[in-house]
Amino acid sequence: MSGGVDSSVAAALLAEQGHDVIGLSMQLYDASGADGRASFGSCCSIDDLHDARRVAAAIDIPHYILNFEQQFTEHVVSNFVREYAAGRTPLPCAHCNSDLKFATLVERARGFGADAVATGHYARVEHDATSGRFLLRRGVDPEKDQSYFLFSLTQDQLSRAVFPVGDRPKDEVREYARRRRLPVADKPDSQEICFIPDHDYAAFVAERVPAAAREGAIVDEQGRVLGSHGGIHRFTVGQRKGLGLSTPAPMYVLELRPTEQQVVVGPKTSLEQTTLTASGVNWILDEPLLLRAVTAQIRHRHRPAAAVVRSAGDGRADVIFETPQVAITPGQAIVFYDGDAVVGGGWID
Amino acid sequence: MTRVYFDYNATTPLAPVVVDEVVRVTRDVFGNASSVHAFGQQAKTVVDSARSALAALLNADPSEVVFTSGGTEADNFAIRGAAEALEPAGRRHLIASGIEHEAVLNTLKALARRGWRTTLLRVDETGVVSPDRLREAMTDDTAIVSVMHANNEIGTIQPVADLAAIAHAHGALMHTDAVQSAGKIPVDVRALGVDLLSVSAHKFNGPKGAGALWIKRGTRMQPVMTGGKHERNRRAGTENVPALAGLGVAATLAASKMPGEARRVAALRDRLETGILHAVPGTVVNGARDARVPNTTNISFDHVEAESLLIALDLEGVAVSTGSACSSGTLEPSHVLRAMGLPPHRTQNSLRFSLGMFSNQEEVDRVIEILPRLVEKLRGLTRKPAVAGG
Repeated sequence: MSGGVDSSVAAALLAEQGHDVIGLSMQLYDASGADGRASFGSCCSIDDLHDARRVAAAIDIPHYILNFEQQFTEHVVSNFVREYAAGRTPLPCAHCNSDLKFATLVERARGFGADAVATGHYARVEHDATSGRFLLRRGVDPEKDQSYFLFSLTQDQLSRAVFPVGDRPKDEVREYARRRRLPVADKPDSQEICFIPDHDYAAFVAERVPAAAREGAIVDEQGRVLGSHGGIHRFTVGQRKGLGLSTPAPMYVLELRPTEQQVVVGPKTSLEQTTLTASGVNWILDEPLLLRAVTAQIRHRHRPAAAVVRSAGDGRADVIFETPQVAITPGQAIVFYDGDAVVGGGWID
Repeated sequence: MTRVYFDYNATTPLAPVVVDEVVRVTRDVFGNASSVHAFGQQAKTVVDSARSALAALLNADPSEVVFTSGGTEADNFAIRGAAEALEPAGRRHLIASGIEHEAVLNTLKALARRGWRTTLLRVDETGVVSPDRLREAMTDDTAIVSVMHANNEIGTIQPVADLAAIAHAHGALMHTDAVQSAGKIPVDVRALGVDLLSVSAHKFNGPKGAGALWIKRGTRMQPVMTGGKHERNRRAGTENVPALAGLGVAATLAASKMPGEARRVAALRDRLETGILHAVPGTVVNGARDARVPNTTNISFDHVEAESLLIALDLEGVAVSTGSACSSGTLEPSHVLRAMGLPPHRTQNSLRFSLGMFSNQEEVDRVIEILPRLVEKLRGLTRKPAVAGG
C-alpha cells in the first residue's frame, strides 16, 4: 500500500470480497536530510505512509510499515545510478517490482501466513490450464496499463501476485474509492521517480557518482566536436533539449559513450533503428527458439510496434521491427506482447 | 481475539483509579490553575496535590517538581535549559551515553548545530556505562552529563550516583532520564545525587501528556517554554490539570505497591524469559540480567528479522516491540544494541518484551507457546540467514 488510490482500492476490494487482508507499506528511503533538517514538515513519503495507514484503518485491516531502505538502495537506487553513469536510461520501477515487491516483500508476507501479495498495478494475472503457466496480461485501461513494468516477474512470482484493479478502468477505481470514502480517493496519481522528490535526477546521480559528472564533448556522427556537456548522465537517447547547440537543423542525442565521455548527436532520421538486442530476458510464454511475431514496446508510453523476436539463448533476444523505431534507448525495457498477453521482455542493450 | 500487551515500556494502560480521577477532574475541575478565583484555586489544589504525590515518589521536595507535557519535554528542558544557563560561564560541552532516548540524543544534536561539543559515551556489552569512560570524557567546560537511570530497550540500570559524583567533581550538572525507572524501582533523587531528573506519567499507569522535570533546589536553569508565570516561572503554559491529577494518583499508587508489584512482575518476566530461551533455539538475552528493571527483557532470535517476528506476533494478538517506537511507526535497527557493540544481525533480530500492572501468567504462557511456531516459520523462509548471534 503506497498510500495512492490504486493500491488502496486493491486492498479495499480484497477486504470487501472477504479475504483476510494485511496491509503492508514499504519505507524505501529516508527523505530526511542527514542532519534531520531537510525533512522538517515537508516529508512527502512519510505523508504517503500515513495515507496508507489511514486507508487501512478505514477498511479495518491491520497495517504495517516495513523498512526496506537498505534493500531499496542495494537493488534499485544503486542500479539506477550505475545505469545513468554508464550512459543508459534506467527503469527503476521494473527493478523495484521484481527485486523488492515480488521478492523480499512476498517473502516477508509469507512469513505472516499470506498466500499471495496484491498490488495496485494495472495488469492481470491468469492461470492457463492447458499450458499450466501463469499469464500476464495488460490492464483493461489502456491509458493505465502497467504490464510493461512487470515483464520480469517469474512464474513463481506471478503465481503469488494478485492485481485487483487490473480489470477495471481508472475512473472506476476512483469512483469506487469515493464510494467507499477512502481518504485518498482524490489524491493525484504519482509521477516521476519516487525517490527523487525534486525530479533533479542529474544532481542525484552526480552526488552519488561524481565521476559521471565529468565534462565531455558533444560530437556528430562523423566525430566532429560541436560543443561540450556537463556529464553524460544528463542525457538520454532521443533527447533534443538541453544540448546548447546552435545548428541549422535540430539535433538529437543518438548515443552516449561513457568511456570517451561523449554525447553523439545527429538529425532525427539517425534516431531510427530497425533492430535491437536485449539481455536479462524473462519469458512468460514459451521461449521463442524460432522467430515469433509479436508487438513490441520499447518504453512505457510507446505505441507497440510489429516485430519478430527470437531467443538468442543465455537470457538474450534479437528483435527486428517491421518499421524503423525512433530512439531505442539502452537501459529501458523492451516488452513483447501477443495481443494483450506479455510474451516476455528484457533490457535493451 | 484477546490480545496480550507486552509493550509497557512504550506506554501503559491506565490504572482504574487513575481513570476515575482523570474523569472526575475533567468533569468537575475546569478552572485555570493560575486564576485568582475559586475555580482557579480548586484547580491549583489539584495540581499541588499531584506535585506532592510525585515528590513523595522521588523523595523530593514538591517545590522542585516542574510539570511538563511528558518525558521528551522534560529531557529537552533539562538539557536546553541548563545549557543556556551555563553558556555564559564558558561551558560548551555536553556528555550523554550512546544508549539515551532520542529525546536526549537529538537534543544534543540540535545543540551541536549551535556550536556545542558533544560526547557520546559507549557502553559495555552488558549495556552499562562505565564511570571510567565518563572520567575520560570530562573536560573543564563540560556543562551537563546526561545518562538515563534505566534503559528503555534492555532495562539495564546505570550507575547514576557514581556518574553524578564524577560530573560534580568537574563542576558539571548531572541529568538522568528516569522515565523507565520511576514507578518500577525506587527512584530517590537524593540517593542518585543528580541535579535534574525526568519522569513521564504514562510509563507508570498514568495518562499521556503529563510528566515532570525535577530540578534540584538552587540549580540555575533558563526556561525553554516561555510565556506566563506558571510553574514558578520555569515552564509557561496552562497546566493540563486532569492529566496531572492522574499523574499524582499514579505516583501514589506506584509508591504504595512498589516492592510487591516489582517482585510479581519480575517473576513473570523471568518465567517468560526462561520459557523463551528454553522453547526457542538460537535465542539470547541482550544486556545485563542482574541490574535491570523488573519488567523488561530483550531477546535476540537468530536468523529472524525482528520486524517480521513483531508483525507475526501482532497478527496472533501479541504486542511487543523491537525497541523504541519511532513516530512514523517504522522499525529500525536498535541504536542501543549498536552502542553495546553488538554485530548488525543481533541489532536487527531482537525483540523487547515489557510487562506491567495487568500482565499475568496466562499471557506469559501463551506467548511461550506460540513463539516457537512463528520463529520456525520465519526461519524456514529466510533466504539469506544471518550468522548466529552468540
